[in-house]
Amino acid sequence: MQTDIPPAAAPPMLELSRVVKSFGAVVALRSGSLRMQSGSIHALIGENGAGKSTLVKIVAGLYRRDAGEFRLNGEEVDFTSTAQSKAAGIAVIYQEPTLFPDLSVTENVFMGRQPVGRFGRIDRKAMRREVESLFQRLGVRIDPDRPAEGLSIADQQVIEIAKAVSLDARVLIMDEPTAALSGVEVDRLFAIARSLRDEGRALLFISHRFDEVFDLCDTVTVMRDGSYIATTPIAETTADELVRQMVGRDVTDLFPKIEAEIGEPLLEVEGLSSAGVFHDISFTVRAGEIVGLAGLVGAGRSEVARAVFGVDGYDSGSVALEGRPVKKGDPARAMLQGIALVPEDRRKQGLVLESSVARNITLAIRNQLAKAGIITSGFENRAAKVWASRLEVKTNALSTVAATLSGGNQQKVVLGKWLATEPRVLIVDEPTRGIDVGTKAEVHRLLSELAGRGIGILMISSELPEVLGMADRVLVMREGRITAEIDRADATSENVMFAATHAQGAHS
Amino acid sequence: MTATIEKSDVTKRLRAVGAAREFGILIALLLVIIAATIANPNFLFSTDGWRDLLLTPSILVLLAVGQAIVIITRNVDLSVGSVLGLSAYLCGRLFIDLEGIPIIAVFVIVIIFGGLLGLVNGALVAFAKVPSLVITLGTLYAYRGINVLWTGGDRINASDLPRDFLALGTGQILFIPILTIIALVVLAVAGWLMKNTRGGREFYAIGSDPSAAELYGLRVTRRLLTAFVLSGALAGLGGVLYAARYGTISSQAGSGWELDAVGAAVIGGVAIFGGSGTVWGAAIGAVLLLTINRALPILGIPDFWQRAVVGALIIGAIVLDRVLAIRQKRKLLEAREEGE
Repeated sequence: MQTDIPPAAAPPMLELSRVVKSFGAVVALRSGSLRMQSGSIHALIGENGAGKSTLVKIVAGLYRRDAGEFRLNGEEVDFTSTAQSKAAGIAVIYQEPTLFPDLSVTENVFMGRQPVGRFGRIDRKAMRREVESLFQRLGVRIDPDRPAEGLSIADQQVIEIAKAVSLDARVLIMDEPTAALSGVEVDRLFAIARSLRDEGRALLFISHRFDEVFDLCDTVTVMRDGSYIATTPIAETTADELVRQMVGRDVTDLFPKIEAEIGEPLLEVEGLSSAGVFHDISFTVRAGEIVGLAGLVGAGRSEVARAVFGVDGYDSGSVALEGRPVKKGDPARAMLQGIALVPEDRRKQGLVLESSVARNITLAIRNQLAKAGIITSGFENRAAKVWASRLEVKTNALSTVAATLSGGNQQKVVLGKWLATEPRVLIVDEPTRGIDVGTKAEVHRLLSELAGRGIGILMISSELPEVLGMADRVLVMREGRITAEIDRADATSENVMFAATHAQGAHS
Repeated sequence: MTATIEKSDVTKRLRAVGAAREFGILIALLLVIIAATIANPNFLFSTDGWRDLLLTPSILVLLAVGQAIVIITRNVDLSVGSVLGLSAYLCGRLFIDLEGIPIIAVFVIVIIFGGLLGLVNGALVAFAKVPSLVITLGTLYAYRGINVLWTGGDRINASDLPRDFLALGTGQILFIPILTIIALVVLAVAGWLMKNTRGGREFYAIGSDPSAAELYGLRVTRRLLTAFVLSGALAGLGGVLYAARYGTISSQAGSGWELDAVGAAVIGGVAIFGGSGTVWGAAIGAVLLLTINRALPILGIPDFWQRAVVGALIIGAIVLDRVLAIRQKRKLLEAREEGE
């Protein structure tokens, strides 16, 4: 897939051409191309894992490209640090805000470039004045003297935007800036974005919301599986066309959902609350059912999963498995009762990377395997073999170190570890993040089979197609609350996304 | 939409708590002094008592200031005791081997020497990306080893040092020991720099969230090097003052002081995970730590318990900070939910 952007009349402000970036064996960016013009708002869209974030990080100077061209105002550049990118006039607003929690809002906006007077003394009054006029321009009311700690994602995002605006950047990149903003805040942001465009700056807007893309942007570039697909003026394309370019394959093939018989309630969560993290979370997972837990990053989904499994405590509410209460804050007990949690970050939380496949698979059942307190490699290998072959883990030997496996195979090992405990309820957090398409389908088939055997599955996923394709029922969380419960038949990208991004009731 | 944005109630309350942290330590210090003075009025109201009260903590204050800067960047410098020892010995050797060397030159040379030892720490931490706890634990032993190798069984006595130099260690200006004045000047300058300059604020930023600091494009490597060089240079200055004050320098000078310096910073409210606290707090912590050590025997507390009291103080300070931090987080979150 080596498509190139058709040549344009005006010289571009920023141009990336066939940029490649890989991390070890994983190719994050196969052939990334992007051309941004001054006085334009450019949309960059693509599924999760399409390589958008990698592309942005190369522009930001966080990653160095392995190959390809990167020009700024016609000059070849090669940033080795974020400071260089910043100095060249590029500001990036990341999806996950990066503020200093201990420092005040004002200091966060000006860190590293505070106005200084004599003896290098920071001019706090000038800083304060500037932040006030900035906030006024953005129309926000955040106390500039409060620490950044405890700010909502929306407010943190606003501070990031204020930072970029105050930087007077020529190229402004926004990685899903509207994800956690309310309607009013989005309008305000768009007004600012347009005025920045009219000043002759180049803006890049990454978003999953088509209505916003069509509303705000003039050009759109689509990426898929780490490659550039197409750049089109927004007036010459349609949402359907963009979806086709983004997906590029038939969605139904990817999610082989087997209809399972849904039985008795297994996991019952009642009124679970943890101050500042999540509130009044109630839901049920039945035997044979896959419940999707959708929402944006930071909505509190993983935190709920951790609380249910007992890794974290909670303030009030209850968890029960097959009618028996699950003790708070005791993962070992939860495991014995039949709950398993496949965590979000498999490399950090799911695997002992330095250990063998066999040892990783048998880690959760090591007590049952031991005879008189002693586990031999023989026991491990025998037990691990069963699961490795059932899950089709592709490895030469069970003694292979887990770190050397591909992402997909690592995920299978983690799944195998938990399936070995014969759980009644399986909680999977982002089960296919960073996994290639083929293995993804295998993981999906596996989850579907498990449900077919009567296991209840709670699946946290940020990938809408995955949730829509796999789940019997979709719960949507936003800022720590469940905002919607939608049946498989009624669930669409639109209503799930709406529930994930808009406050229900009071605001809408 | 008004022109100014009002300070929210939460911010006001938090400000009060932050200031109260150092104020609390100050109160504790005053209580200790008052208690000891009641038990024995000479603790405060005698020439020696007054002098000891100010003089004893002066050198540790320097180390605590350096330590606070390093801890604020989410690192730690365990080598300061060894740097102080090596610097003190170098100071003595300079006077012996280069007879007639100006005192000011010795100060400059030894401070630079301390800074270089700090640079070694900083470089290993910043470039080799090894946790500072491990690096400085290594240099703690390495620097002490060099010291032992160099000194041997030898030691420098007061009679080897110039009288003018020794006078610095005991001299006073207007009832205030010269050493204390030096410590106060260093403290005031460091406090001002940490609060009012970009470099100072960047130390806090780096400690608050190292990866965010990278994303901001802050010069993290340079700042880390600076922090360790400052800590080393202050330990070097401490070494000179140690020589001036005690006159006797063996290969074990300053041994164990690194823990007092860390303890002082922690007691003074410098968060061990970086990002918050002040050098002022650390300095007050240093004074409290050593004053308690001197006050407890006067209060009739057995030797055995004295160390335990210091330990309890450190643990208490850490627990207090944790509790305050958790409460602050809750308050901020509650305020946010009320606001919605």
